[in-house]
Amino acid sequence: MTTDIRSGAVAGKPREALDAVTIRFAGDSGDGMQLTGTQFTSTSAVVGNDIATLPDFPAEIRAPAGSLPGVSGFQLHFSSRDIRTPGDEPDVLVAMNPAALKVNIGDLLEGGMVIVDTDAFTKGNLAKAGYDHNPLDSGELSRYRVFPVNLTTLNANALAETTLSKKERDRCRNLFALGLLYWLFDRPMEKTVRWIQDKFGKRPEVADANLRALRAGFNYADTVELFTTHYTVDRARLEPGTYRSITGNEATALGFIAAAHRAGKTLFYGSYPITPASDILHELSMHKEFGVKTFQAEDEIAAMGSAIGAAFGGAIALTGTSGPGLALKSEAIGLAVMTELPVVIVDVQRGGPSTGLPTKTEQADLLQAFFGRNGECPVPVVAPATPADCFSMALEAVRIATTYMTPVLYLSDGYLANGTEPWRFPTTESLPDLRVEHWTRAEGFMPYLRDQRTLARPWALPGTPGLEHRIGGLEKADITGNVCYDPDNHHHMVSLRAEKVARVAESLPPLEVFGPPTGRVLVVGWGGTHGAITSAVERLREEGLSVSSVHLRYLNPFQKELGEVLGGFDKVLVPEINLGQLRFLLRARYLVDALGYNRVRGKPLKIHELAGHIRSLV
Amino acid sequence: MGMNTDVGGGTATREAPASLSRKDFVSDQEVRWCPGCGDYAILAQVQRVMPTLGIPRENIVFISGIGCSSRFPYYMNTYGFHSIHGRAATLATGLKCARPELSVWVVTGDGDGLSIGGNHLIHALRRNVDLKILLFNNRIYGLTKGQYSPTSEFGKKTKSTPLGSIDYPINPVQVALAAEATFVARSFDRDLNHLAHIVERAAAHKGSAFVEIYQNCNIFNDHAFEHFTEKDVRDDRTVYLEHGKPLVFGRGGDKGIRLRGLHPEVVALGDGGSTEELLVHDERARDASLAYLLSHLDYPEYPIPLGVFRAIQRPTLETMMQTQVDQAVQKGGPRDLDALLRGRETWTVDA
Ligand code: SF4
Repeated sequence: MTTDIRSGAVAGKPREALDAVTIRFAGDSGDGMQLTGTQFTSTSAVVGNDIATLPDFPAEIRAPAGSLPGVSGFQLHFSSRDIRTPGDEPDVLVAMNPAALKVNIGDLLEGGMVIVDTDAFTKGNLAKAGYDHNPLDSGELSRYRVFPVNLTTLNANALAETTLSKKERDRCRNLFALGLLYWLFDRPMEKTVRWIQDKFGKRPEVADANLRALRAGFNYADTVELFTTHYTVDRARLEPGTYRSITGNEATALGFIAAAHRAGKTLFYGSYPITPASDILHELSMHKEFGVKTFQAEDEIAAMGSAIGAAFGGAIALTGTSGPGLALKSEAIGLAVMTELPVVIVDVQRGGPSTGLPTKTEQADLLQAFFGRNGECPVPVVAPATPADCFSMALEAVRIATTYMTPVLYLSDGYLANGTEPWRFPTTESLPDLRVEHWTRAEGFMPYLRDQRTLARPWALPGTPGLEHRIGGLEKADITGNVCYDPDNHHHMVSLRAEKVARVAESLPPLEVFGPPTGRVLVVGWGGTHGAITSAVERLREEGLSVSSVHLRYLNPFQKELGEVLGGFDKVLVPEINLGQLRFLLRARYLVDALGYNRVRGKPLKIHELAGHIRSLV
Repeated sequence: MGMNTDVGGGTATREAPASLSRKDFVSDQEVRWCPGCGDYAILAQVQRVMPTLGIPRENIVFISGIGCSSRFPYYMNTYGFHSIHGRAATLATGLKCARPELSVWVVTGDGDGLSIGGNHLIHALRRNVDLKILLFNNRIYGLTKGQYSPTSEFGKKTKSTPLGSIDYPINPVQVALAAEATFVARSFDRDLNHLAHIVERAAAHKGSAFVEIYQNCNIFNDHAFEHFTEKDVRDDRTVYLEHGKPLVFGRGGDKGIRLRGLHPEVVALGDGGSTEELLVHDERARDASLAYLLSHLDYPEYPIPLGVFRAIQRPTLETMMQTQVDQAVQKGGPRDLDALLRGRETWTVDA
């Protein structure tokens, strides 16, 4: 078995097995690259590969055709091994035009394959991409294996008998490319065939054209001499069980539906459209059969306000946004802290500050989540580590919110949100029981009484006779909840709210160390960098180096074991896609001389770069 | 949830409430408005009307923002939420969507509802969420001690406008009409029966009900409305709108309003004069043009209209939201979470 695509292409050997392949599909925003990538992904998942994806699209919906800013990409890593990231460098680049080639060629592995649509390399397109020559003829691609295909023409010929217009025919190019790749990597077409029939059921002529394009691409690759080899990637040896593939945003939505279901309550989602969180709104609005109520608010503040209102009414209340929206919600989050109501705020982080890089990933809202409100305003913070983990952490966020009567911040990011991985989905009965007991007795009721263990106040719902009470943003007297300006009471309440959040630690699972519990270097991460960090650490341990890692899914409060774990290593390294926000917190909290590894490029960390850095520390 | 008698969104659960009285709606909190403030009269009228609505006390929720008026919920012995500046309508919307059977009231002011919270007010009204929104308009910022508000007159001298305000004021009724609110009314703090009547009408309306209440702030903007609310001038300077009736006003009903083209004009009715050619109020007109025209009437050229400008029926947000959920449940059969988690496509990895 070869493990590297570069050693392939041996004449006369029709099939060759590979461990893992990373493909990047790149084209114009209008070329359907996201769709092509998604289809290849689901097919690969269904044949049993482990998968990880990285969609990378421009913020502009349709930047000028053929221009560099208009390039949309989709990277897919599929493997017969257990993988955790979408791959550092693509082995294969599919470039539908010169701009796509120019933007992506620098990332390609040396010796990697480039499949280009030569028809798109016109003078005009070359100029739009800033080429004053044709790179296909200049020899500058000699480090790669270039496969020129006159894809537009071939596709048009294949569809000559259809009734579609030229424009509509050309729109099927991506399916031709997909067919070609299906042959090259020995994938079955059935899944995509079904998908096309489903999607274009109402327009049979379009369905027919897409199917023709797909098959034509496959057959073309099979018959012409261009590709002498095709590759197979075996099923991955994942944990036994039944799997589906899932993106982070889907998993987030399903997690909250499941949480509300296990709580026996209505899920209310108030949200304002924002990239990259909107898909959560779309997903939830499709599942009204679970009693989900979605409300597209007039702005971010209204979304947060509506969630607080729903929480007051006893719903599982949720709002979702990205960094700029979180900033707008700050004051209202403070109100939820003061009134001690369970609301979950999802922040799918993106590049900032301000509008920043809306479609790129970043981890720079951590300190905002911690501190971005007026007053002493503690809020528990959780962060999923992988796309599928978004599901589990949604349940955790709801558990913490309703057990401790507090708003909870849930920090996802653009990479997790749009990334895909296989998910061994749980059964309903294996999920935690999240039922809530509401206070109903009028006798002895006070709105700010405390549960001795959790310090939660009673969740008393409007509609309950005898519990009529008033809450609000003014400081509360302990127990009675009346408005109170007493200095000592204020100090007491400020401390009490902090202590309540600190006590969440009592309910958290123990912190797991990946690798030995003591040693030379401990790598500490959080959020979407899990895959890159774990893979880098694993690689270094295979080299015999003393490196372990912990990945924090609970950020406020930290798990109780963290201080001790940090103390067990000579050096602590904190890789983050920000300038050192977790590092800042760890240094402040544990007085540990933590080092940073910070790359704020709007992209996931690369395993080999990170591994190189850790190696230099050992 | 038992029987469902829709009384302007407050659903009577179980049996009708056993004879509640005004006192049942008075909370144990000491009222802290300045002595003489118009808010007292409004509070008293709301407390008077509540027991007559047939809504169990526990199903009533008052939600406010920030400002003098927004202290209101503390004084009502119902469920209450004193939220943050301008955002009461957002909490109320979330609550009403989650719990359609509750009777949800919003208390706001001219600064809270039309300045910092203007956006939310517009959107709550256009969505026709079944909320009762009482906007206390005193044309000043009271709680922050006397700056001009979005309803302050042009040229007004206040702490923040020593040379006079150079902002043109906004008209709350016009904002509500422009947002296509289904119920729009105006009253004031000195005609207690009228105020109680308008609050009752708002409560009975199914859908967003917007009530502007002129309220005197005797500390920072005293006499703001006296020129038409004082008893001796009130008849001549205000006109009470009544559905289906001609617009008659003045002492002894001696004046009326008629339309010349699109221009209203005041006419003297003389001795038992005919009201035939007078403008007849139609609060149920689908099109808000007439209501909008009336909202422009202002002293001194015209009398100031009080009463219900508009009252039409249209499905409410929370009802439609619930209907979509109910229909999805009916269509989708019993909720099968396992099926949802499984999704469309799965594959199995053998041991
Ligand atoms: S400042 Fe004015 S509005 Fe506020 S309580 Fe005093 S009198 Fe009433």
